[in-house]
Amino acid sequence: MRLYAIVVYLFLYAPIGIIVLFSFNAGRHASDFRGFSVKWYGTALDNPFVMEALTTSLAVAFATAVLASLMGTMAALALQRVKGRLRALYDGVIYIAIMIPGIVIGIATLIALVTMFNFFNPLLAAIWPGGNPPHLNMGYTSLIAAHTMFTMALVIVIVRTRIAGMDRTLIEASTDLYATPWATFRQVTLPQIFPAIMAGFLLSFTFSFDDFIIAFFVAGSETTLPIYVFSSIRRGVTPEINAIGAMVLGISLTLLITAQFLLRARARQARAG
Amino acid sequence: MQGKWINRLLLAPATVWFLIMLVLPLVFVAVFSFGERAPAGGYVPAFTFEQYLNLPARVTAFKNTLMLAPAGTLAALLIAYPLAYYLAVRASPKWKTVLLVMVIVPFWTSILIRTYAWIFILGGRGIPTLLEFIGIEGLRLINTPFAVLVGIIYGYLPLMVFPIYVSLEKLDKRLLEASADLGSPPLRTFRQVTLPLSIPGVATGCMLVFILLMGEFLIPALLGGGKVFFIGNALVDLFLQSRNWAYGSAVAATLVVIMLVTVTLYMKLVARVGEQREDVSIL
Repeated sequence: MRLYAIVVYLFLYAPIGIIVLFSFNAGRHASDFRGFSVKWYGTALDNPFVMEALTTSLAVAFATAVLASLMGTMAALALQRVKGRLRALYDGVIYIAIMIPGIVIGIATLIALVTMFNFFNPLLAAIWPGGNPPHLNMGYTSLIAAHTMFTMALVIVIVRTRIAGMDRTLIEASTDLYATPWATFRQVTLPQIFPAIMAGFLLSFTFSFDDFIIAFFVAGSETTLPIYVFSSIRRGVTPEINAIGAMVLGISLTLLITAQFLLRARARQARAG
Repeated sequence: MQGKWINRLLLAPATVWFLIMLVLPLVFVAVFSFGERAPAGGYVPAFTFEQYLNLPARVTAFKNTLMLAPAGTLAALLIAYPLAYYLAVRASPKWKTVLLVMVIVPFWTSILIRTYAWIFILGGRGIPTLLEFIGIEGLRLINTPFAVLVGIIYGYLPLMVFPIYVSLEKLDKRLLEASADLGSPPLRTFRQVTLPLSIPGVATGCMLVFILLMGEFLIPALLGGGKVFFIGNALVDLFLQSRNWAYGSAVAATLVVIMLVTVTLYMKLVARVGEQREDVSIL
């Protein structure tokens, strides 16, 4: 039994290990290990296309995480007081947002936004005072908007779970002691749900940073790191991609383990308390 | 009264966002699927079932998806179950959390990079080279349905382990002891006690994996080498290359309908088993 578990863990982690190992390959060919070197990291970081894609990915992921955790937390706080049909409807929407394949979100957003932009752009040009009307286009904004939609649903689920497990007597005590609703929120509710919000933030960041399929449709002329990697893989396997891959894995693993720690440490504390 | 307004204000941004970025786009897909293709690509308003009647033109993609998705789901289940059992019943409590996190974490890391690793492993200088040492030559692994299957199992295994683990974890261990005390051999205890009680977890895992596989694009694109075509690959082709939005929308709508049918069947199945739905999220 234990041996079986070890084999499955090997299966899960060996491919990741191989990527990391070969990213330190001194040789020129991706799959021919010729000694240890960090030169491919240098090559990757010197490549302006890689750096631009990395900057785009980080900026989009950060904006997504901020928007999703802010609006998601607000919605989760409000939803605990929403009951009946409206609540069922909202739960349905959240469920659809999480379950629908990324590819469908990608194409649906693409055709909806492009069609709306084609409609609004001439309109804007007609009514815009002076020259240079804004031209709506697929790019940063559409990408952030699409990522935020999906990750916001995740944040709502995470924060709501935390609210449900919260100690309600503290809130009652706070109200009994004449704290204003805002003071109660800041001093009682927020500290309790903060780890969940942070975990939601980190998961949103990771999702957006790693997402390929939605970005593939809605990024317009922008190139995110996964899009760059995908098109490079099509041209062939190189040690440079291994180095990029290892860095991407490093970033997401760090964030994920932190998120898991936040979620679980809090859950344990709640059980103990 | 004031609380009501605060609630509305809190809910407003998320509501607007979901409406514009989820509901509206899905309505566009539904509407476009009854339209016609513009000569230069794109969409012309119309009301026709032509796109749906044309679906058989992409029958290979549907066939591949509807064969490899269940196969991948089943294979993932067979590999995941013993691991979930080990984690829930056998693993020492001290290591449980760490081991569980170690299963979940890969799922949230870049599927692109993880799939890329298998190009490496299954490609010309990977396993085939190793096999040449023991005398098996000329074996081609990459760009075959087998490679796609391996990629699928690898990518979605964590999603299968987690729900099964949750349902086994909740299982009352005293039931196992009772069964053993009454003289049942371990295998019979498993068949008559453990397995039936873990069915909701198994159903949840299978549904999650199956649904996500239906929309898969990356794994067949990278490991199938354009030979193993999924619905997802057809969609990328239709929207980004041939720009046939009306037909593409019909394919996407069909995909969503197949998914909804699967979920409904799943709900019915679980309801019949007589258990509550497992609301697990792989977070």
